[in-house]
Amino acid sequence: MNDSEPGVVIVGAGHAAGTAAALLRQYGYAGAITLVGDEPIAPYQRPPLSKAWLKGEADAESLMLRPLGFYAEQRIELICGVKATAIDRAAKTVALADGRRLAYQTLILATGSRARPLPIPGADLRGVLSLRSAADAEELKAALGPGKRLAVIGGGYIGLEAAASGRALGAEVVVLEKEPRILARVACETLSSFFTAYHQARGVKFELGAAIESFVGAGGRVTGVKLADGRVIPCDEALVGVGAAPNEELGRDAGLECRSGVVVDEDARTSDPAIFAIGDVTQRPMPLYERTFRLESVANALEQAKQAAAAIAGKPRPAPEVTWNWSDQYDLKLQLAGVAFDTDDIVVRGDPGAARFAVFHLRGPVIRAVEAVNAPAEFMAGRLLIGQAKPVDRARLADPAISMKEVAAA
Amino acid sequence: MAKITYIEFSGTERVVEVAKGLSVMEGAIKNNIPGIDADCGGACACATCHVYVDEAWREKVGERSDMEESMLDFAENVQPNSRLSCQIKVSDELDGLIVRTPESQH
Repeated sequence: MNDSEPGVVIVGAGHAAGTAAALLRQYGYAGAITLVGDEPIAPYQRPPLSKAWLKGEADAESLMLRPLGFYAEQRIELICGVKATAIDRAAKTVALADGRRLAYQTLILATGSRARPLPIPGADLRGVLSLRSAADAEELKAALGPGKRLAVIGGGYIGLEAAASGRALGAEVVVLEKEPRILARVACETLSSFFTAYHQARGVKFELGAAIESFVGAGGRVTGVKLADGRVIPCDEALVGVGAAPNEELGRDAGLECRSGVVVDEDARTSDPAIFAIGDVTQRPMPLYERTFRLESVANALEQAKQAAAAIAGKPRPAPEVTWNWSDQYDLKLQLAGVAFDTDDIVVRGDPGAARFAVFHLRGPVIRAVEAVNAPAEFMAGRLLIGQAKPVDRARLADPAISMKEVAAA
Repeated sequence: MAKITYIEFSGTERVVEVAKGLSVMEGAIKNNIPGIDADCGGACACATCHVYVDEAWREKVGERSDMEESMLDFAENVQPNSRLSCQIKVSDELDGLIVRTPESQH
């Protein structure tokens, strides 16, 4: 095969896309590889945008997934700042916004997800921000500093990480959450109350059960968040972190099966055998949990990048992984593994008061998910046990005097 | 700059120059060295950048942190010279360092 013949075209140039391109070469794929992304820069890591990078502890270069020279060295063509607009499955081409048409033998959709907007009046005011891209992060960082007031809409991981980073930069932060507790959608109550107290002790204010009516502004710029009870929470910037939606339109318009994400199989293949989809945009099988789900994490992006690259390069399908994720807030490292589907019990191990504990979610005697705060052994052992679906003794699991090694070995 | 030798499980050796201040993991990523996945980008959250430090270099590289120790406890094929390469900062002291990558990361 040579580069003048259609090879692999990857739409999207994020963590999943960049990894898939690199892996295709590592796995010996010799054909042409083209990456097309609508952001102006080469693939980079998003997680630090709300963590180390936002606090000024990591520079732009350290975000890059690979050094720029890598793509040329590996014969990977990188087209940045251009959106793909349509797929012609019959002709096997992708149309780009600049008029170009790229022919493919295999297409990988890695279009990711986008921040959900808040459909309320004033959402278009300047200073109402979201956090998804490096450009978003630049804007947010410039707006944080001593004396600045940041309103965070949504008490999810992005919002809480931004709140912690905002505090580190000296900003005043208030988190507004429509549910009665933060992390309501993604974590258990033990974790919610722990994080609430930890943030409060570091000066973050919370408005829980907040019914947000609108953003108010002056001269086209946000000045506050108006609640249904009439109060206005004043702010200089408002960060909206209320979840993400899959960028599935390209696939859906081309007739690929979509169901809250582009539906893929265990090779990350879509309903068209010549098209794969990886990362946040997919609705994927979760073999351990006997269902499909849409995951938003680096681990998911990497796992599916491996699946697609292996299938395309003719390598055996990699073993299924236990999904995991992490969050850094202040001096806390939260590590999560698995998903708490169909669980019937919770075991807390360690002391939340000492900021070192783990919450295990069980179905019968089997661990399905773990949330570990500054508890790496619990995370690592939990991840292992989830994958093995091995029954554990709850009393032993709850006893920090028994090491996780012993619990796992039993 | 420090010269670092990465040796794959298969025996393939790659010698690269890594800037001071970067981690041994970052040196591998920048040079597309296979076998060091670094899924979490260096947050000490995933244990996918596990390496074996050459015996001659163990002392200079230093001790594992508590966090790292716990992560390694559950990694595959851990040896006394196992480290997470994201936790080893490159310095002049480490010019000439040799690390090997485990089979499970290939």
